[in-house]
Formats: sequence, C-alpha cells, structure tokens
Amino acid sequence: MDPLKRVEQELKKCVKCGACRAHCPAFAAWQREPAAARGKVALAQHLMKQDIDLDDQTYLAMSKCLLCGSCVEKCPNEVPTDEIVIAAREALAERRGLTTFHQAVGRVIRNRKLMNFGALAAVILGPLFFRKVPATSGLRLRFPLPFVGGKRHIPQLAKKPFLNRHPEVIQGEPGKPRIVFFVGCMTNFVYTEVGEAALALFRHLGCTVIIPKDQQCCGLPGMSGGDLATVRELAVKNLAALEKYDADYIMTACATCGGALHKFYPLVVGKRNPELQARLKAVAEKTVDAAQLLQQLGLNPTETGAGEAITITYHDPCHLRTRGITRQPRELLQGAPGVELTEMEGADKCCGLGGTFNVYHYDTSLKINAGKSEAILKTGAEAVVTGCPGCMMQLSDGLKQAGARTRVMHTLEILARKLR
Amino acid sequence: MLDQSIIEKLKTIVGGENVATETQDLLCYSYDATQMEFLPDVVVYPGSAEEISRILRLANGEHIPVFPRGAGSGFSGGSLAKGGGIVLVTTRLNHILRIDQENLLAEVEPGVVTEHFQLEVEKLGLFYPPDPASLKFSTLGGNVSENAGGPRAVKYGVTRDFVMGLEVVLPVGDIIRTGGETYKGVVGYDLTRLIVGSEGTLGVVTKIIFKLLPYPEAKKTMLTTFDSIDGAARAVSTIIGNKIIPTTLEFMDYATLQCVDRRFNLGLPAEARAVLLIEVDGDRELIEKQAAKIHEVIKPLGLVEFKVAKDAAESEALWKVRRLVSPSLRDVNPDKYNEDIVVPRSKVPDVIRRIEQIQQKYDIPIVNFGHAGDGNIHVNIMIDKAVPGMEEKAHDAIAEVFKAALDLGGTMSGEHGVGLSKQPFIPLELSPTQIATMQAIKKALDPNNILNPGKMFPAG
Repeated sequence: MDPLKRVEQELKKCVKCGACRAHCPAFAAWQREPAAARGKVALAQHLMKQDIDLDDQTYLAMSKCLLCGSCVEKCPNEVPTDEIVIAAREALAERRGLTTFHQAVGRVIRNRKLMNFGALAAVILGPLFFRKVPATSGLRLRFPLPFVGGKRHIPQLAKKPFLNRHPEVIQGEPGKPRIVFFVGCMTNFVYTEVGEAALALFRHLGCTVIIPKDQQCCGLPGMSGGDLATVRELAVKNLAALEKYDADYIMTACATCGGALHKFYPLVVGKRNPELQARLKAVAEKTVDAAQLLQQLGLNPTETGAGEAITITYHDPCHLRTRGITRQPRELLQGAPGVELTEMEGADKCCGLGGTFNVYHYDTSLKINAGKSEAILKTGAEAVVTGCPGCMMQLSDGLKQAGARTRVMHTLEILARKLR
Repeated sequence: MLDQSIIEKLKTIVGGENVATETQDLLCYSYDATQMEFLPDVVVYPGSAEEISRILRLANGEHIPVFPRGAGSGFSGGSLAKGGGIVLVTTRLNHILRIDQENLLAEVEPGVVTEHFQLEVEKLGLFYPPDPASLKFSTLGGNVSENAGGPRAVKYGVTRDFVMGLEVVLPVGDIIRTGGETYKGVVGYDLTRLIVGSEGTLGVVTKIIFKLLPYPEAKKTMLTTFDSIDGAARAVSTIIGNKIIPTTLEFMDYATLQCVDRRFNLGLPAEARAVLLIEVDGDRELIEKQAAKIHEVIKPLGLVEFKVAKDAAESEALWKVRRLVSPSLRDVNPDKYNEDIVVPRSKVPDVIRRIEQIQQKYDIPIVNFGHAGDGNIHVNIMIDKAVPGMEEKAHDAIAEVFKAALDLGGTMSGEHGVGLSKQPFIPLELSPTQIATMQAIKKALDPNNILNPGKMFPAG
C-alpha cells in the first residue's frame, strides 16, 4: 500500500491558511513556500494522487523538514505534517529507491557490531577517524563525513562505549522502581557522561537500573530519509530487548530516542499489525524522559545537584517540547544549589539538527543553529543545558562556529553534580 | 506557457536563483487560503522596487499577467494566478527601514510579517493596532492591499487608518510616492487611499509609511455569557451607547459555542446561548471604571456569567475560547465558505435573525462569530462538497446572506476583499456606474490590464 494512503485523511485537513509559515524553521531559513509545512502538504497531496510526475523534484522539498513538530502544535486544523512528511519520504524511497547516503545510514544503524567497531576505531585513530572513516562506520549516522564540509566541529568519541562499561542489571533497593534504560547511540558513543549521570541519579533514588545489552539504535535517522524498513527492523529488535525485563518504566535521556519509542514507533511501525502495535503501545506508555521521571520519583536536586555557582540557559529539544516536557527540567535545574537559569529568546525553537537534515542541508542547518547560538550568547550564560544529546552536538557545533566558549551540558549532568 | 526568452529576461532582472519554474515551485504558489488553485507559469522573487519596475515594464510590453503575492494567506483568491502568468512574491522585501519615535511613524517594506513589525515597535513602547487573525504570518504589503482589519478595529480602525504614505510601482513600471510623513496634506488626489485595498490591481506596493500610537498602559479582558443571542447583540450597542469604546468586542453564537465545547469542554453555563469577549485598554484607572460600567449596563440583558481576567495568563485563557473556534468548525462539516459581512452595529441583532432564517430555508449549518463591535460578522456556511447539490445550495445561501447585509445598510465584505471569491456578487452591492468609474481608474493606470487581471470586477 502506498504509505501516503496512511495519511489520506490528514492530507485533506490542510486548508492552506498559511499559519505554519510563522512556525516552520525550514521555511524561516529558505523563505520559499515548498519549504513550509503547507507547501509540503500540497506536494504530498499531488504525490498521492500521482497526477503530476513530481517524484524527483519533491524529494528535495520533502528533505527540507526537521520533523520538529512546531507546525503541528500551532496548526489551527491540527494537520500532522510530520507524519505526512514521513509518509511522503517513505513513498518516495519506495518509488525511487533510497539515496546512497541513506542506504549507508540504514546499513550502519541496523548493525550493532559495525557501530562498535566504528567507535573503537575512532578511539584509536582519533580525529583522523573522521577523515578516513569508511562509508560503513557506525557514526556515519551522525557524522557522515563525505557529506559534511570541513567546517563542522565533531565531538570526541568516548574511549569505551557506555554499554560496555556496566553490567546488564544494577540491583537497587527492594520495593523501589525497576527502570530499563534505553541508552541511545549518542550517549553510548559520545556523551557517555550523560549515561553515567542517569545511572548515578536513579541509583541515588534506590532504583534498579537495567541496561539491556541487545538494545539497538532507535532508527530515527533512518526515518528521516524515508528508510522505514530499517526503522521497523530496529523497532522490533528494540521491542524484544525492552520487553525482556518487566520494568516499571523505560527511561531515555535522549529526546530523540524517547520520541521514537513514545510516538514514532506506534505511528509508523505497527499500524498494519495489531499484535505488534499493542506491544509497541505498551512500550510507548512506559517510556519516560529521565528528567520527567526524576521529578515524578521525587528527586531533591538540593541533595544531588549542588556545586559551584554556574549561570545556565535551557534549550527545549523538539522531541521533549512536543511531548509537553518543558516545565520539569527547568524546575529541577532551578532547584540545584548554585544554578542560576536565564531564559533565552526562542528556547523552544529547533536547533536545526533534525535527524539527517543537518547532513543533507548542512549550511541551512548551520543557519538555523546560528540563530540559536546568538540567543544563547545573549543570555551571557556559562552553559547551555538541554535534554537531548543530539541537540548537544548541534549546539556545540554552532557555539564553536561562533567562537564562543559556552559549555554544553545535559540536564542530568547538572542534577548529578554532587554525586560525582 | 511563457516563452523561454521571457524567463531569461526575468533571470537577468532578479538573478537566476530568484526565478522558479519547476512544477513543485509552481504548485506551491498556486493556492491561498481559499483552497482554489491556479498554476502560474513562473514565480519571481524581486529584491527591490527597481527590479519590480523592470518586471512590470517587461510584462506590460509583452502583455503578460502579473500577480503580486505576499504570504498567500488571503481569503478571496486575490493573489492567485488565474489564467497563468508571473507570480511576483514580495517576501524578500522584508526590512523595517526605520521607526521614527519623534514623529510616531515607521517606514517598512511590504514583505515584513505583521506581527514582527508589531513586536519591534512595541519594544519602543509604540503600538501598531491592526490585528488580522493571520498577523503571525501575513505580510504588511498584503494587509495594505486588502485593507486588513481585525478585532481591534472597533476602537482603532483598520489598516487604511494607519497608512500615511506609500511607494508604489505602477503597472506600466513607473515608481511613484503617495502621501507622506505628515498627518495633514491636501495637495492632489489622495492616491494613498486609492491604492490601499485595491487588491494589487493598481500597483505593487514597495514601501509603506505607517502611523504609530503610544502603547496603551494596560488592558482588561472580560468573557461575558448571555442566555440569548439577542441579549449579546444588544449588549454591543448598549456598551457603545454608554460611550465606552472597547478595543475588541468579539461575538460567538450558540452554534459556535457548541462546536468549541464539543471539542474542548469549555465548561460554560447550561443556559449559555452567546458569548461576547470584551477587551478595553488605556490608563489603568480608566479601564477599571470601564469594566465596572460594562458589567452594570449589560447585566439586565440576560447576562449569565461575567469573567474578568486578573492577569495576562488569565486573559490568554479567555482568548483561547475565541482562538479555538476555527479548529472546531470542521466537526460540523468538512468544507466551509467563510464570509465576512458588515452591518451598522445596531443592526447586528437583525442580521443574525436573517441569517437564522436563511439557515432554516436552505437547511445548511451556518456558524456565526466575529467582530460584533464594528458589525463585522464572520458567517461560516458549513458544507460537505462531497454531498451532491450542497455546493450550489450554499452559493444561493451566500447570495441571500449578502442581500441581508446590504438591505440593512452594510457591505458584503469587511476584511477579506473581492478577489475571485466575491466577484460574481459584486453587482449586488455596486451600481453599474460605480463599477464603470472603478474600471476607468483601472484602465488609466493599467492600460494593458496586466496587473492582477480578472479580479474584483465581474468578468466580461
């Protein structure tokens, strides 16, 4: 079945009022209608009808979406443009085949061994890795060098991936919640300190933390290229890994991974398979963001987050914002002694990463990011704090391009300052 | 299809990257908020008045239609390329050129988004009141061309009331300035007023000088609920009869409230039949007095609830009721005709009654809400285009709604303009002599009928 048929009713909801022009970061960057949500919906309508041969042209237009969900939140008719774009990308991938780049992304994220190899190779070869990296490297997903100009600042890789450092089950106090930790690639390979902070915080609360070894990439980078086959394959594998333990919660410290488990899996993976869908929905219901869960379990940040005086500003990751998680991290952060939070202008605006968007449209991604950097610098904060390792990488890149020395930190790192 | 040599000439004028001819681009400039679609031949994004002048000279020489376009958020099809031609997008001209705090005015380019301009002047304690519902994405050029209104028109007036001067590229390519920087000025015809609301048929606006006001010290929002539509309608003229001019007086009828309530559970009293959202602004003490007075004078009119917002957050919560109207309407029927008739405000109760009769006669759901304070009612005729015969029925109902407005001394459109949507109904409101006079002006300025042709006047 044509994936666009999945969103046929949704496509009809758009009345072309243009409200999305005010909120779409891609439109703000390109200033041309095909980049606005309304334009993409119009093109998707024609793609579905196939009344005009648009496949090749619209491939580019459909790539100009960060899947940030801003337009969906603000649309008076509640048109789910993110779902529509995902369906259009899938349809185009089926009709035209995946691009070489997205084929490579899929090959890599489906293969844990390749990813681990990539990570190890990086430790040995250091920065050279990124210049000589083979097309199959695990981190091509985030840093596909052949597509990236020399400008990009790439974070150092961890010496040992997070998943290799800890046993699968870390027993807590009896009667306390059992939590499965879905780690995600960025935390596993790059920002391992985020994983350590999560572990420290939940152990502080007496929780049992389970880190299934066979968890995979969440697959969202594949989704942004229309490679839904890969997303489905990974979703099924992750489902098995996450279901193995009867946990009270499935916790993520990565907004994007959380978005995959919470929203996108049920949306694009299980729609035609009721049995699978029921399981995906059960996982979705258990999925919580780390900060959200910490607050829910009554974490007292005065006990765990005390440290040197630091001024911070907070960036809302799209995949937390669209789930309504904006208040919890701020409240926790402000409760940590020594922390002073100053809000930036447009804290809720997308940083411009958008899965593989930042690779395909690096210059535009940079342009969106530059606005973000400017807002961060205007606050004078020493650190920008956020709840998504993907955003962290993007924000670091932008701030370094701007010549700033502002630190980029995860919410959990601040909250766990005293536990180190 | 346009000749390739024309495309090349356009590229020479604005640069290759500012000319779009791919089907996907054309499709994305084929629509506006009316959901009609007309495919242009080419889309150009000029960056200056000089470039627009050269485009129009070329088009005038070759007799190629040109359709000026801002955000493409219009409700009348005014920017659509019916018959094909060049769509001229003004959004690259998006600079606020100056804000003059001594003379309380600002000069802007047409592609500036309305809300962006408002926020910039507010930073300086100044105020640009016109607030069309689309202000977050519509352009000031579009607002000027359509003479946009909005809820605050009750007290402050419409876009026209804030335009002091313009720079306009005429259809033959000449660039002229109209009006200026002084409030007074009586030399020659008032071309500014002629251009404002001319729907892009007489020239392309390239600079606008706006009058500004000091930003009001405070505002107060009230949500008032009535047990009858008549009570709410009479409240409007009673408030104004008591010499209070609120900033906004927004009205929602029972059908509208039901729609919103079904979706968002408003928790309105069971006897609620109509709601007025009232806002006053000005000096802190004055608005307290005004709010108290409003409460006093509308009490006897079947008032069942009177809510006053204590702070900005509560005010926003009250406004939410109004903002939820649009997304809720689709539950009635999937398609709608959104008309915007105006009657003298004392005639609001009469026109509502007439619309009720029309609704019964044609058996089509009609949902009314809007700017009752200035008599401007948004009449939403809810239909399902998939049901055979319904569209035709709606067309007849619309004609009767227009007739009702005209009978009561009103007009068929207060904000949206004529464009293509209201074109067939124009003879209901304008006499042949009026139309001939307007067409004579059009012919004088646009002898080859190249600028936004086929709009406003009846075909033929």
